Amino acid sequence: MMIDKQPQMTGFRRENGRVGIRNHVLVISVDDISNAAVEGVASLIRGATALPHPYGRLQFGMDLDLTFNTLIGTGKNPNVAAVVVIGIEPNWTDYIVNGIAETGKPVVGFSIERSGDLKTIQKAAWKAKEFVQFATELPREPITWQELLVSTKCGESDTTSGLASNPTVGRVFERLLAEGSTLIFGETTEVTGAEHRIVERFETKGEAQAFQAAFDDYQELIRSQGVNLMGSQPTEGNIRGGLSTIEEKAFGNIAKIGSCPVAGFLEPAQAPGAPGLYFMDSSSAAAEMVTLCCAAGAVVHLFPTGQGNIVGNPVTPVIKMSANPLTIETMAEHIDVDLSGLLRFDINLDQAADLTMGIMAQTINGRLTNAETLRHDEFVLTKLFRSA
Amino acid sequence: MTKGILLHEPTDDVGVAVMDLNTGDKIEAVTLEGEPVTMVTLVDDVPLGHKVAMRDLPQDKHIIEYGEAIGYAYTMIKRGAHVHVHNIRSLRWSGKSQIIEHQED
Repeated sequence: MMIDKQPQMTGFRRENGRVGIRNHVLVISVDDISNAAVEGVASLIRGATALPHPYGRLQFGMDLDLTFNTLIGTGKNPNVAAVVVIGIEPNWTDYIVNGIAETGKPVVGFSIERSGDLKTIQKAAWKAKEFVQFATELPREPITWQELLVSTKCGESDTTSGLASNPTVGRVFERLLAEGSTLIFGETTEVTGAEHRIVERFETKGEAQAFQAAFDDYQELIRSQGVNLMGSQPTEGNIRGGLSTIEEKAFGNIAKIGSCPVAGFLEPAQAPGAPGLYFMDSSSAAAEMVTLCCAAGAVVHLFPTGQGNIVGNPVTPVIKMSANPLTIETMAEHIDVDLSGLLRFDINLDQAADLTMGIMAQTINGRLTNAETLRHDEFVLTKLFRSA
Repeated sequence: MTKGILLHEPTDDVGVAVMDLNTGDKIEAVTLEGEPVTMVTLVDDVPLGHKVAMRDLPQDKHIIEYGEAIGYAYTMIKRGAHVHVHNIRSLRWSGKSQIIEHQED
């Protein structure tokens, strides 16, 4: 296997022992109306990354919990060295700060009420400057695959996905699982038709039941909306590409986990507690899913695509893989791993996995992905229901 | 002989054309690991990405791909034939109902 031949990988070992491959200083908005201040700080200080978003006011219940967990989880991600949090009022701002502070990394919060944007930006920019200088002094250290949390989700799939790029992720995941890595997949609706096979992969009955309950809940939500996902055929585009049934589409999707057993079920944005492969309840919308993986602590994401999804993330590097020759030719600036050799019989699945892990190692060691160079910094919160 | 069909599992009923295939072509089907499995003579034109029957499939037989049933034969399907929505149907949801567009996958 390629694993032994690869050059030494390096990363950043954080205060809590977790390992990241990037060294971001984030300026996180607690709510929509603090976006201007957050962007003001990031525009003043080189190396500070703003994370604005459209929510955070008058949310409640599970929906508020998910927003908080996503913001806190993103701040806790080991790819992040330090965080400045800005919110309109102190209580919710402190809640986010305290959540991130559990990691031991530097984090500080500012609230805009009683200060205004300009004084807040001045105070927060001083802190952001200090944090950037702290972060840029941190050394890279030798790391192993075992210390990494890797996630996957496919998008704009076609037959080349199920045939080549998804099974390549599956082979990589089989190897990483053997190395002791922590792995996440999900897409609750997109496994429809193959969900019974995921149930069988769970190592414990309780976790399998949690997955089944989340799957059934979503099917019930769809039914309650007066539509019927279970009667949906593959789309016209899928059919043009050769996909015939919903089952075929779902089996193509779950090829991403290869023959790996599933250790546990995660709520959206929940961090896994131990090594192994986890199913995370999640949307199949690319930016929402990758944002949830980032919040769960994923430090690198494998994204197989057929027709060419171009998503990225501000914290977790997204590696695009495709086997579709037309996509690779027409969207070359987006595709990191060219797997079209699988369809030409030039390479087999193990060689495709070698190629992918080579690019992963380069990415881990600091080489920017295509999505990073193209500023694909999609940070998209999953909204469960409307605000009060 | 031309390699032109990929099989997810060696025992699958259908393989996927990795190039545009024409009636009469003699094509070798191989696994993702590169192992040759069988040779089929095409009885239909099959475009890249579409499925080819690896054996005669009687009406109502479950169609195996990925080692799994992905549907059933709506009509009798001959070895070497194009396998798609004109001759197979979903097993779980064959009824006609409202379609939700999946923009992601």
